[in-house]
Amino acid sequence: MIGTLKGMLTTVRWLLRRPVTAHYPEQHLPVQERYMGFPALLMDDTAGEPFCTGCMVCVRECPTQCMSAQMHDNPKFTDGTSHRRKIINEFEINLNRCILCGICVDVCSFDAIEMSYEHELASYARAGSRADLDLLLEQGRRYMEMSGWNPENPEKNVAGVALAKRAAAAAAKTAAGEAGPADDSTEGGE
Amino acid sequence: MTTEQTYETVDMMLNMGPQHPATHGVFRMVLTVDGEHVVDVTPHIGYLHRGSEKLAENETYGQVITLFDRLDYVANLNNELIFCRAAERLMGIDPPERGQYIRVILAELNRLASHLLFIGTYAIDLGAMTPIMYGFRERERIQNLFESVTGARMMHNFIRIGGVKEDVPPDFVPRVRALADDVQRGVEEIDRLLTFNEVFLARTRGVGVIDVPTALSCGLTGPGLRASGVAYDVRKDYPHEVYPYLSYKVPVGENGDCWDRYYMRVLECYESLSMVRQCLDQMEEGPVMAQMRRIARPPKGEVYVHGENPRGDIGVFLVSDGTDKPYRVKVRPPSFCNLVALRPMMRDAYIADAVAILGSLDIVLGEVDR
Ligand code: SF4
Ligand code: SF4
Repeated sequence: MIGTLKGMLTTVRWLLRRPVTAHYPEQHLPVQERYMGFPALLMDDTAGEPFCTGCMVCVRECPTQCMSAQMHDNPKFTDGTSHRRKIINEFEINLNRCILCGICVDVCSFDAIEMSYEHELASYARAGSRADLDLLLEQGRRYMEMSGWNPENPEKNVAGVALAKRAAAAAAKTAAGEAGPADDSTEGGE
Repeated sequence: MTTEQTYETVDMMLNMGPQHPATHGVFRMVLTVDGEHVVDVTPHIGYLHRGSEKLAENETYGQVITLFDRLDYVANLNNELIFCRAAERLMGIDPPERGQYIRVILAELNRLASHLLFIGTYAIDLGAMTPIMYGFRERERIQNLFESVTGARMMHNFIRIGGVKEDVPPDFVPRVRALADDVQRGVEEIDRLLTFNEVFLARTRGVGVIDVPTALSCGLTGPGLRASGVAYDVRKDYPHEVYPYLSYKVPVGENGDCWDRYYMRVLECYESLSMVRQCLDQMEEGPVMAQMRRIARPPKGEVYVHGENPRGDIGVFLVSDGTDKPYRVKVRPPSFCNLVALRPMMRDAYIADAVAILGSLDIVLGEVDR
């Protein structure tokens, strides 16, 4: 009897407190800063192209084999506006199979892929869960805006920075070796 | 015409599950009942079998962690920890101290979350609706913390071979301290509400009693074994990580009945909270990941490592053939082994108590079936 009354008292106290439940479709809780939603690709605005070079490391390391990628020669590399020799052509992630493990982000050494904040991606069709390059970049754009993302390794990966650095290095070299033979061999990107 | 007929009394087979809500997943028991009494019970498992052990042979060591997340999906971090410890032992790596503290804090919080879920669902099994609300409320706080630290609420992939993925966010320590106080209050509230409630006592006291020799011979571990009076706790008996630096009690029961099994978990919640606080006090700055190659490639050999999961003694037997993929990963899942004790517990119980007894074992089917 006493135990029951004690329990009643405990529950009755809750009449006076605020409810902790969030009413989901109407009310969205904010995600935490480190939240790992579906992976998205990021855009290098200094060159107007994605960071991704299509190196396929993430495709190989993904535990569920849910990604596929295809690269081609980067026309901007020949133009000299980018330091990336190869660039991604097609990229697809089957979000139905993705387990949000974040391994792809860990293995990518080009700052190209990030776990975005996207998590509400229900679709009516099965194929609706296949994210192609455009969608992935769009999600990446949203993520960049929301999180204020910065590349971890800009010297290597951001075209503007990398090209500027290279130009500076080349200028220094020619200044130092004025008398020497002209050195115009271009250093390659990855 | 003979009116005389002979009626024979036979035991009845009663099928419970696999879609029974009280089985916490897809689990089927075939009860043999004599009137109101259970004579025998045969568990049928395998509905959730995903072949995790076999899958692990085809994945690299880093990828296997994601499989371990999905074994006991209520205590993901504890599972990650055990696999990482096994691989580390094989490779002879010692994670840095801060990494170990972070791992222990997260593992203990996960134990707390798991026990809170147990308390809530156990009360539901017995027909009490309120405690699950309280349990989930507290668990939600812990999950939010996990989200801010690991980035995921359940499948974290955060504990890595050699340490943890990244350092905790800067507001971690004050946040966990506040969380510990909140959860402490929450556990006390549930404790007040449920533990000595007359109805709850009537449903659980003296039900599903298992004595020490039977429990030991069944391979029962964890809170279930401790409820019978054996102070077996892997954290204490086989010191690992930073557990030796922490002071905590191992709660031990007397009767080995459902109530004791429930109460052990409540007491463990308090112990875990105190361990988390001690870790926060002792933790120092430093690296969180050991120096090692990015691709784990343990030398040839085999190792058996076990640890204390919320459900009992989880063990991993890991064989390496020197490549980047394990040759064999064998898991000793506590839920599976505890299920062996179901039969002696249920013998001569009432049908109405079958759910109470099964619930008190706190099985997770993801782990039973792997
Ligand atoms: S996302 Fe990164 S790892 Fe994956 S293909 Fe692109 S550059 Fe390579
Ligand atoms: S998060 Fe994991 S499962 Fe998803 S695409 Fe990346 S590696 Fe694959």
